[in-house]
Amino acid sequence: MELNARVPAGPLEKKWDTHRFSNKLVNPANRRKYTAIVVGTGLAGGSAAATLAEQGYTVKAFCIQDSPRRAHSIAAQGGINAAKNYQNDGDSVFRLFYDTIKGGDFRAREANVYRLAQVSTEIIDQCVAQGVPFAREYGGTLANRSFGGAQVSRTFYARGQTGQQLLLGAYGALSRQIHAGRVKMFNRREMMDVVVADGRARGITVRNIITGEIESHEADVVILATGGYGNVYFLSTNAMASNVTAAWRAHKKGAGFANPSFVQIHPTCIPVHGDYQSKLTLMSESLRNDGRVWVPKKQGDTRLPADIPEEERDYYLENKYPSFGNLVPRDVASRNAKEQCDLGKGVGSTRLAVYLDFADAIKRDGEATIFKKYGNLFQMYQKITDSDPMKEPMMIYPAVHYTMGGLWVDYDLMTNIPGLFAIGECNFSDHGANRLGASALMQGLADGYFIIATSVAHYLGTNKLDNISVHDQAFIDSKRSVEDRIAKLLKNSSGGPAGKFTVDEIHKELGKLMWDNCGMARNKEDLEKALKELPAIKQKFWDYVYIPGDTKEINQSLERAGRVADFLEFAEIMIRDALTREESCGCHLREESQTEENEAKRDDKKYSHVSVWEYSGEDAEPKLHIEPLSFENVTPSQRSYK
Amino acid sequence: MSSINLTLKIWRQQNSDALGRLETYTLDNVNTDMSFLEMLDVLNEKLTKESKDPVAFDHDCREGICGMCGAIVDGVAHGPEKEVTLCQLHMRHFKDGDSIVIEPFRSRAYPIKKDLLIDRSALDRIIQAGGYVSVNTGGTIDGNAIPISSQKAELAMDAAACIGCGACVASCPNGAAMLFTSAKISQLALLPQGQVERKQRALAMVEQMDKEGFGNCTNAKECEAVCPKGISIRNIARLNREYLLAALTEG
Ligand SMILES: Cc1cc2nc3c(=O)[nH]c(=O)nc-3n(C[C@H](O)[C@H](O)[C@H](O)COP(=O)(O)OP(=O)(O)OC[C@H]3O[C@@H](n4cnc5c(N)ncnc54)[C@H](O)[C@@H]3O)c2cc1C
Ligand code: FES
Repeated sequence: MELNARVPAGPLEKKWDTHRFSNKLVNPANRRKYTAIVVGTGLAGGSAAATLAEQGYTVKAFCIQDSPRRAHSIAAQGGINAAKNYQNDGDSVFRLFYDTIKGGDFRAREANVYRLAQVSTEIIDQCVAQGVPFAREYGGTLANRSFGGAQVSRTFYARGQTGQQLLLGAYGALSRQIHAGRVKMFNRREMMDVVVADGRARGITVRNIITGEIESHEADVVILATGGYGNVYFLSTNAMASNVTAAWRAHKKGAGFANPSFVQIHPTCIPVHGDYQSKLTLMSESLRNDGRVWVPKKQGDTRLPADIPEEERDYYLENKYPSFGNLVPRDVASRNAKEQCDLGKGVGSTRLAVYLDFADAIKRDGEATIFKKYGNLFQMYQKITDSDPMKEPMMIYPAVHYTMGGLWVDYDLMTNIPGLFAIGECNFSDHGANRLGASALMQGLADGYFIIATSVAHYLGTNKLDNISVHDQAFIDSKRSVEDRIAKLLKNSSGGPAGKFTVDEIHKELGKLMWDNCGMARNKEDLEKALKELPAIKQKFWDYVYIPGDTKEINQSLERAGRVADFLEFAEIMIRDALTREESCGCHLREESQTEENEAKRDDKKYSHVSVWEYSGEDAEPKLHIEPLSFENVTPSQRSYK
Repeated sequence: MSSINLTLKIWRQQNSDALGRLETYTLDNVNTDMSFLEMLDVLNEKLTKESKDPVAFDHDCREGICGMCGAIVDGVAHGPEKEVTLCQLHMRHFKDGDSIVIEPFRSRAYPIKKDLLIDRSALDRIIQAGGYVSVNTGGTIDGNAIPISSQKAELAMDAAACIGCGACVASCPNGAAMLFTSAKISQLALLPQGQVERKQRALAMVEQMDKEGFGNCTNAKECEAVCPKGISIRNIARLNREYLLAALTEG
């Protein structure tokens, strides 16, 4: 596997300009002769499909949901970063770049991150022009807030629905191109395979979710914008259909998978309340600005929070990290919550929760002030849990939230398969080992609106592509392999469900294995144990999974089974990736790699690199490749929050 | 937390062409902390184990924002709670021994695909007809170049909060898509960016609405009552003004 990042030469601030100038272009009159497939219509895919069509390319866009407007991006709440420096508080492109690189614990490529910061300002202009109703100051200018511990106010927002409004902006642009006939939209399609012919990505194989038909689609380039894989843990804050299937199938066709073990675990989610639970709900991080986190000092204390006197409470974050207190970064807050619960001090019926208490803030600022700040969130919490945070402490627990790992891409966002691009959360490119709040939306739109079209033009301008048709052998083979796999999934079903397992039962088992052993704190022993236990779960799935119904109809159990089958394969490289990275970095504590004060210890000598996995066949061990990272414009520093 | 026993009457229909009917299921020990969709998950696990076909229903975010879920529960779109989607409705709002009737959103413009799962692509086509500002990517002016009063921005946001679930259509005695269409028209009519195409937009979206077979508004206000995002029918009044003005001057 060849990993050439193709980072342009020259000084950091000039790279993107130089690159755009030296890249090949496609004459406007010729563009419509080229077809681009875009899989996914979230922020990344929606913006990419619209932009490519505006420029004149023929575009086919695909999504799982019944409408492109429903992609998982819709759920993002907090906001989107941009280096506008509207607040005149010292922000700049370089500062946003620096914060992102540092936030990622120096595990991302400088050039990509710098470009992200550069184009961030154009994103805001674009969205405003589309009619995105961002929050405004009384004078009519755009409002900003500081988010996720940033020292400048650079986050733009539309109430608590920023992702929704940005996505609807992109959906509008996409709808306009659908209307103009330049984008053909395929809703309710699930991509099952990338078709590679003569070493290039030339199309995809999809399942029509309504008819069950397996369809082939050809193109000159294929762009994956299929989001993150957090659902490998079963429970996460991701939407139910979020999956690794598209990325994993690309991986099996030769695309490198980078840093699969880099997963972000968000500290403030509503705790699990029962084994029927289907997903976890995020509560905004801003709550930690006024809430105090605590657990009872005594293990197994079942008293109501109000009955636990002050001196018997442990405000563990404030005690352990006096200067940051409750505002320590996500990973530190998450890890400590888990640690308290593991010590038997968890609260609530499952004992897997800690308190987030607003009583002191209410005493200090008054009920009205606190309610004005957090009323929305409190109501949402109350709707779900039936408990009022104005009266009793909230309960929170960490949950899987975002995946920094993804398909390996070069500076052009192209995977190592020529003609196959990956944008948005499904690539690995910008967030290193930890993503800053409000930066995923920024990256999705940067990739889709401002970067991918340059890459596509360059690829088409430099390569002569053969004519292709869906009747070619590569398409026929791909279709057959997809059909065979579906038949294999359904093979246990004839004998009825007795003695068998449902898809969800096995998915939950996988999720537990990953959460317990490949979550926020990891060690060699547990990871090796997980690697040993994984094949048995996989075997159980293939031997005993029971899927009702048929393939030539709407079959939601079959859809889920296909995704779980891929998660089961993918989990292996996650665990292996975690195992080989014997350092703590970003979101993850590697228990063997700690400072004397039990804080995360990064090891730049050995691990200042991207780990890229190559698929080597069904029963063969995956191969690890390395893309070394070099830092010429920033000096990697160790984090400290004490 | 407690648990309740339920009788569920659910619309079962194999596909668009098949005849549908209500089937009765009993489900015991339903934890009242469950969401409505989690209750359906539990039913589906049970049906699967009994070698029966699970109930097909749409859902994705389960946070009340994607607009994918929805069903008529005891005659009301998204069920008895105000301003929540079906995925955010919790079983604590039901009582032990309740019998609950669950049907798909119904409308001439929403073909049933299977059970509770419907085709709402007509709503997408209304947006495609003009529910956007026609700007290409790039070359836009600075975001702060045109000041917008925070009041205007908030009003636009109120309308923009629509999640496109389509409950409004399913609840309207005339099957009108006025609340949905008016939300987008209002958002863009309120903002300076939407002014240039204001008239064409109103004409084109209303024309598409009629083409899809949606009915007319007779002020029944059922749409507002069931809207999970609290979209106000004042938006319909605005749409009517916008349309009239456009028809008079452009038509
Ligand atoms: C609750 C929550 C809150 C968040 N808040 C913020 C925030 O405030 N700020 C921020 O910056 N980030 C936030 N994030 C992260 C951010 O929302 C996501 O990282 C981002 O939206 C991902 O966008 P995307 O376009 O890459 O993918 P997605 O939006 O996930 O879109 C994926 C698309 O791919 C399609 N797809 C997937 N698989 C297939 C397949 N096999 N075949 C066909 N189509 C497929 C889907 O249908 C969908 O259209 C939040 C995330 C969550 C979960
Ligand atoms: S599942 Fe998204 S709104 Fe209900």
